[in-house]
Amino acid sequence: MSKLELRERFASIQRESERRNEEKNKESIPTIFIVMSTCGLASGATETKQAFEEALSEKSIKARIVPVGCLGHCYAEPLVIIDHPTAGFPPICYYQINADRARILVRSYLEGGDPVLKYVLGAMEENDLIPAVMDFPRFSLEQRLVMEHCGHIDPNDIYQYVAKGGYSGLVKALEAEPEEVIDLVEKSGLRGRGGAGFPTGRKWRIARATEIDDKFVICNGDEGDPGAYMDRTILESNPHQLLEGLAICAYAVGANRSIAYVRAEYPLAVKALQKAIKSAEELSLLGPSILGTSFNFEVSVFQGSGAFVCGEETALIQSIEGKRGMPQHRPPFPVEKGLWGRPTVVNNVKTLSSVPSIILRGPEWFRTIGTEHSPGTAIFSVVGNVKHPGLVEIAMGTSLRTLIFDVCGGIPKKKEFKAVQIGGPSGGCLPSSFLDTPIDFDSLTQAGAMMGSGGMVVMDEDSCMVDVSRYFLDFTQKESCGKCTFCRIGTNHLLNILDRITKGEGREKDLELLETLSKDIKDGSLCGLGKTAPNPVLTSLKYFREEYEAHINEKRCPALKCRTLIAYYIDLEKCARGCEVCVGCCPVDAIFTTKGRKKAIDQELCVKCGECRSVCPPEYDAVFKVSPPELAPIIERPPEEKKESKKSAV
Amino acid sequence: MIPRELKESLAQHIASIDHPRELVVDVMFAVQDHYGYLSDEAVEEVAELLDMSPLEVEQLATFYTFIYREPVGKYVIHVCDSVICWMEGHESLLDHLSGKLGINLGETTPDGMFSLLPVCCIGYCDRAPAILINKKVYGPLTIEKLDDILEKLRAEGLTPSI
Ligand SMILES: Cc1cc2nc3c(=O)[nH]c(=O)nc-3n(C[C@H](O)[C@H](O)[C@H](O)COP(=O)(O)O)c2cc1C
Ligand code: SF4
Ligand code: SF4
Ligand code: FES
Repeated sequence: MSKLELRERFASIQRESERRNEEKNKESIPTIFIVMSTCGLASGATETKQAFEEALSEKSIKARIVPVGCLGHCYAEPLVIIDHPTAGFPPICYYQINADRARILVRSYLEGGDPVLKYVLGAMEENDLIPAVMDFPRFSLEQRLVMEHCGHIDPNDIYQYVAKGGYSGLVKALEAEPEEVIDLVEKSGLRGRGGAGFPTGRKWRIARATEIDDKFVICNGDEGDPGAYMDRTILESNPHQLLEGLAICAYAVGANRSIAYVRAEYPLAVKALQKAIKSAEELSLLGPSILGTSFNFEVSVFQGSGAFVCGEETALIQSIEGKRGMPQHRPPFPVEKGLWGRPTVVNNVKTLSSVPSIILRGPEWFRTIGTEHSPGTAIFSVVGNVKHPGLVEIAMGTSLRTLIFDVCGGIPKKKEFKAVQIGGPSGGCLPSSFLDTPIDFDSLTQAGAMMGSGGMVVMDEDSCMVDVSRYFLDFTQKESCGKCTFCRIGTNHLLNILDRITKGEGREKDLELLETLSKDIKDGSLCGLGKTAPNPVLTSLKYFREEYEAHINEKRCPALKCRTLIAYYIDLEKCARGCEVCVGCCPVDAIFTTKGRKKAIDQELCVKCGECRSVCPPEYDAVFKVSPPELAPIIERPPEEKKESKKSAV
Repeated sequence: MIPRELKESLAQHIASIDHPRELVVDVMFAVQDHYGYLSDEAVEEVAELLDMSPLEVEQLATFYTFIYREPVGKYVIHVCDSVICWMEGHESLLDHLSGKLGINLGETTPDGMFSLLPVCCIGYCDRAPAILINKKVYGPLTIEKLDDILEKLRAEGLTPSI
């Protein structure tokens, strides 16, 4: 079959996509785009959509409603974009549109022509009337390659992806020899986005070179790092780009079958992907002899619901083979001997989704973005103590400071930045002195963190680093598959030590013990989980050692977080006579009235829940937290009252 | 016993692919959907369908979070206990839930309505603290929102389904 025929068959799909587009534009009625990915749905997008539908039919206004995927602005959901061509405004993006606001928008904007400025996030195009979103730091600093179309197209409509240039990369690849495709990917310098940053082109070349014909390609969408949800969003918002990347990869390495491994925790992503596979098959963009060529390619979805460790490639393969997902010794690497003993390429969702544009626009273009050794973009889910949590795609090499402060709005509640955990439970905690570190594979590793799969947890001054490390360890300890003694028992031992430090029972030698034990775990573990599990402890020990020491030597938690090491007390000077607000909120009746008719806390009863501190009216602001607990002034409870309260507390 | 149509459609699917064991999780889910959980009988049935030993199926069943080897309530609540949810206060949420339902993690209410289980990060950290109820995500949660949700579900759960 000639290249001409291939091109012709694809051109007819493009024409159909154009025709559909024109048909829509012919009627110049408004279009309402509603973000309907999980983040949108969880914030009530279904109700929003229903309200739009009802209001439109009530007022007999004709408008199209198009469900779209995630734009990454999780803080502003439900997001709605309204394109009202006859109103004289560009398409406008609205934030936090609940059912009531949806009705208002129909009434005021669609009917009345008033764009309701108070709900506007920004205009989607430059104009003289409404500030455009592109001028906001969030939009202008972001650079979208992988998520370029997320939020702008209906993931369930393959023609919308085609209209954006989708599947042209596959067609271009099919016109070339597989080796040439690998050359392009290799030249682009693309590195795996699943964590380790292995050069994708090199991986493909090894797989291509193996003699065996029957090969597999696996898309790793197990995403289990706490704090990470980029892959979910890409799957929900633009599954076709991933499928296109998968098909290119399969063509390049010579595989005919692929499995997309997606967590069962992501039902919407699974559904979107299954639907996308079906519609691509219908257009012969997947399936037997794609677009008339001799290339056959079948994709199926595997729903994993195992454990974090299933994301490790050898464990993932075990899991697909119907065994418990336990990591295996490497070598042999999956590219040599993987699924059912066949050469298998395992690539992350983001890696594969980067491929189509590399093929289409060329490796030189790709290299203009990012840094020399980490070209392209990085996608992070930024969560924790930031003003605008969400998904962000930035060029590699952007500094942590830009990402956290400019793109994500910095730390809320006027608190200070303290640390950022990058790379999840395998990564490290970096202090503020590292804020100017560029985000790329090598700089982050050098700093003691790692790219990981892109979870970024920002912590403010109220976070206790010992406690946070303890919590990360709690995670890895639970998720260890138990195969290696050091990983299984060692992490448990680490956890016990951290536990006792946070309880104020730390011993003098504990810090050294943490360090040697960490080293043993790293050396004695088979897979990345165990090898990296001690990282949060090691980095926080390195950068926040004085915090550990305060816990051990002074029984003091500097962040005032560890419950056993703090106490609450009421400042008698500030407490207002007659105010009773805190009394009722205390779950254990620990608050009593002093002789001077002020309030005080019975330290024996107090469970340190902090309720009284949050309810004390700001004009008095009389409740304080201190560490070590001995700092709290002791106020005797009048004996008769003590008895009574104790009774009611039981 | 699972209904004949289900068994046949599963058997057909299994026969159509090269490596039937790839389907074991799907088959476990399908059979679990029928029984509500993976009973001993179900384990045997899955094993037979896939030509595996019941022990092999058992090992898998206990490995996967969403395969239940014991009866569960009508609503299975998975509470995320990973780091972001923890930072956002999942502990007090959990305390409230177990107090309100009168059960601990891993238990089911006597009326068979709710089960409470822990789960590691479910990828909804932007909505922390988050939980899944029958795999649907809810968050960010406060105690008040949680109460509302439970009430709604209880009312729904009491209406007999047709
Ligand atoms: C404990 C552990 C968990 C992992 N989880 C994931 C994951 O969720 N997603 C992923 O793509 N890679 C994960 N990996 C990395 C994979 O083993 C593998 O390197 C990756 O999928 C390769 O794809 P890439 O070259 O595109 O990065 C994990 C590794 C380890 C050790
Ligand atoms: S390092 Fe830990 S998780 Fe990895 S194989 Fe060993 S025991 Fe399992
Ligand atoms: S911290 Fe909690 S338990 Fe202690 S006095 Fe205040 S409200 Fe009561
Ligand atoms: S930490 Fe709870 S959803 Fe990620």
